[in-house]
Amino acid sequence: MDIFGSFALLLAFLAAVYALVAGIIGILTRRALVTKSAQHAGMAVFGLVTLAVASLEFFFFTDNFSLPYVASHSNRALPLYYKFSALWAGQEGSLLFWTWLLSIYAFFALFLNRKKHPELMPYVGVAIAGVQIFFLTLNNFIASPFKILGGLDASGVMHVARLSEGNGLNPLLQYPEMVIHPPILYLGYTGFTIPFAFALAALLGRYPGEKWIKITRLWTMVTWLFLTMGIFLGMHWAYAVLGWGGYWGWDPVENASFMPWLTGTAFLHSVMMQEKRGMMKVWNVWLVFITFMLCILGTSLTRSGIVSSVHAFAESSIGPWFFGFLAIILAVCLVAWYKNRDYLRSDNQLDSLVSRESSFLFNNLILLAACFAVLWGTLFPVLSEWVTGNKISVGPPFFNKVNVPIALFLMLLTGVGPLLAWHKTSYDALRRNFAWPLTGGVVAGAIAFVFGFRQLYPLICLILSVFVTLTIAAEFYRGARVIASRDGSNILSAVGELTMRNTRRYGGYVVHFGMVLIFIGIAGSAFNQDIQKEMSIGDNISIGPYTILCQNFDQVSNSNYQADRATLEVFRNGKSEMMLYPEHRLYLASQVPETMVAVESKPLHDLYVVYAGTSPETGKPVIHVYLNPLVKWIWFGGIVVVLGTGLAMIPDRRAALVLRAANERSWGDAVAQTATGSPVAGPVRRSAIPRSGADD
Amino acid sequence: MQARKKFVIGSGIIVATLLVLAYVGYTQSKTYYHTISEIPTLQLSALHQRMRVSGNVRAGSITHVDGRTDFVLEEQGKNLAVSYVGRDTLPDTFKDGAQALVEGRLMPEGGFVAEQVQAKCASKYEAVPGATPGAAPNPAPGSATQPGPSSGQSNNQSVVPGGPGQS
Repeated sequence: MDIFGSFALLLAFLAAVYALVAGIIGILTRRALVTKSAQHAGMAVFGLVTLAVASLEFFFFTDNFSLPYVASHSNRALPLYYKFSALWAGQEGSLLFWTWLLSIYAFFALFLNRKKHPELMPYVGVAIAGVQIFFLTLNNFIASPFKILGGLDASGVMHVARLSEGNGLNPLLQYPEMVIHPPILYLGYTGFTIPFAFALAALLGRYPGEKWIKITRLWTMVTWLFLTMGIFLGMHWAYAVLGWGGYWGWDPVENASFMPWLTGTAFLHSVMMQEKRGMMKVWNVWLVFITFMLCILGTSLTRSGIVSSVHAFAESSIGPWFFGFLAIILAVCLVAWYKNRDYLRSDNQLDSLVSRESSFLFNNLILLAACFAVLWGTLFPVLSEWVTGNKISVGPPFFNKVNVPIALFLMLLTGVGPLLAWHKTSYDALRRNFAWPLTGGVVAGAIAFVFGFRQLYPLICLILSVFVTLTIAAEFYRGARVIASRDGSNILSAVGELTMRNTRRYGGYVVHFGMVLIFIGIAGSAFNQDIQKEMSIGDNISIGPYTILCQNFDQVSNSNYQADRATLEVFRNGKSEMMLYPEHRLYLASQVPETMVAVESKPLHDLYVVYAGTSPETGKPVIHVYLNPLVKWIWFGGIVVVLGTGLAMIPDRRAALVLRAANERSWGDAVAQTATGSPVAGPVRRSAIPRSGADD
Repeated sequence: MQARKKFVIGSGIIVATLLVLAYVGYTQSKTYYHTISEIPTLQLSALHQRMRVSGNVRAGSITHVDGRTDFVLEEQGKNLAVSYVGRDTLPDTFKDGAQALVEGRLMPEGGFVAEQVQAKCASKYEAVPGATPGAAPNPAPGSATQPGPSSGQSNNQSVVPGGPGQS
């Protein structure tokens, strides 16, 4: 089976090379048959990599420890679903997993568009094949998961070492979310290859018109959705498993996923400038390029150990490959842009500072500034060592100082931007749209201030939250009222009707509202409390409204781990409210200790209890209790963002009918068309709903 | 042109503000990495820097006194006496012979006061380099990167392993 898997992987590499070479020949000679064979090879990569992944999973499921990769990430007693997820628990496997997800994306991108855009697709196929060749090179020749343990003996006979038991999966990864978080985050990383390929293809092929930007936008939304979900699942995992009471610590791994998210978000906004006004074409192309490069950089940061954060003691040899690849991408992008820069000439200029255009410009400026600050802070140890010879790292204060004001400014733009008109907004329109929301925000802030709420940033966050929520609510209300009065329906069904008629606009508002909830939750962290104490049976700790009484300490164990467990009873106002059972586990296969946090999550706060360990002096158990306000709002806001993004990808209702009649177009095409307010959808909607001084 | 000029000025103000904030954040949180053998050669000004030093815990050197933990870090024959004064419990992996990373400041009379200690024990994964990702950004193979409360953070905003990690 190992030979089978590595052979499939080798064939996949050859198929990708063929797709690249034949693709280029097809473009140069304009031979349709060659181009077609290149595209088929590109799709075949998917099948071949799938076989390789399946054969590696077969090793995990059959407890075959003859592969070192399997032996170091699994053991017999490991639950079945963790044997499945052990595939991506190590470097070789996660790189294979990357390749596989990319091949899935590539397959769909090539398959869904196989009969469309004959001028564009050959270039797309070549760009995708180029990326695949890089990863398949790593998989085959640099970090193969199919490498076997063993060597030649004196007589030249190969001996393969076979272990009867594996070392087990890293306990930090033995948590349900770790089965779904990495695939989803990886779907976010790998997916940006497709927008990148389309952008590069449009530039190289000088594809006429703006159609490519709609395809690119659609794929960006899909992959942005996965990246967002991946980041939130990761935050939740960090919160629930790592036991330090927080969810974000500006660690290089976190930053790596955050940077492409920031530039991807910037692109999803600035792309509207290109669709509506024909502006920022160069900027958009570069945003797509940079987002893709940040995805590759992110993958390499977490793989190479170059930014060995505080606890990465080990480094691997894979870094130079990634940096070489990044240099090639950058060179290709620069050449493609330089040779075709006239193709990207802007059609319009900025008319006024108080306009939709300028709000997008500020949005992009600030998102890019955030990205740059995060990049700078993450790479600072490397940069400072190059420049001064001293390795200097920066910590959370650096990131927070820069990013908190940026987040608040973004929040302001979230409220203001969508209601500003293109070109120029009149004073009247400003007053009509913002007078009430602004009053609401200021009143809320004043009330909070009177009640002793004095921290600056949380106070601003509160004012802005109320302001943004009111502007969004007003938008829904204004549109729905018109529909309700015309159709005679009630206001709630009118809201649904309104949303379905322009999903992109109203889905966007839902995303914005989700972001408001997230910001409220993050602002809650300014009021975190925690307390740590050695405890014996009968002792208690008080925090906030709670008193925690220590009832018992005991031990639980199973075939996978042994745990010390505390039994704690939580009282509120003298009444017993719940029992919590934090654990301190020792995983048997790996001999790695791990805490199991007990969390009681409520809308207003989380009670988060950690069995931190044993005091070296007294031998008593140490219990660490955190009271974290509003954390639940973050997870709930994340769900709202995901739903809103999904909503924005649904085709508009009215437009869908029109398109069904047309009967020619595929679904993907329809989404790309309608979601961007294409001519088909536009006139129908526009006549029905009055604009609040703005167009979407 | 007028709008463009205003936009450029507005952007300039925003960028300048962020640069100031970034500089303040940098001075508050910059931490130097030094090896034990480098310490005697440091300039006087460097003594006040916040720094990280790594080494192996000398066997038998760990003593607990008055809520403080003293131990000796060794690296290539050089020693550094460390006092850990953080309030968090030391990681389980912190024991004789463990590889440890301490963060804190040098004292004028020698010695090092650590606010944070991270440790990993020698692991049986060691033969497979770069193999265990996950919480930590590529932590050492199978390292018992002991995150969270046990990594001895001085407050809950400090160094935090993990996150939306790729694995």
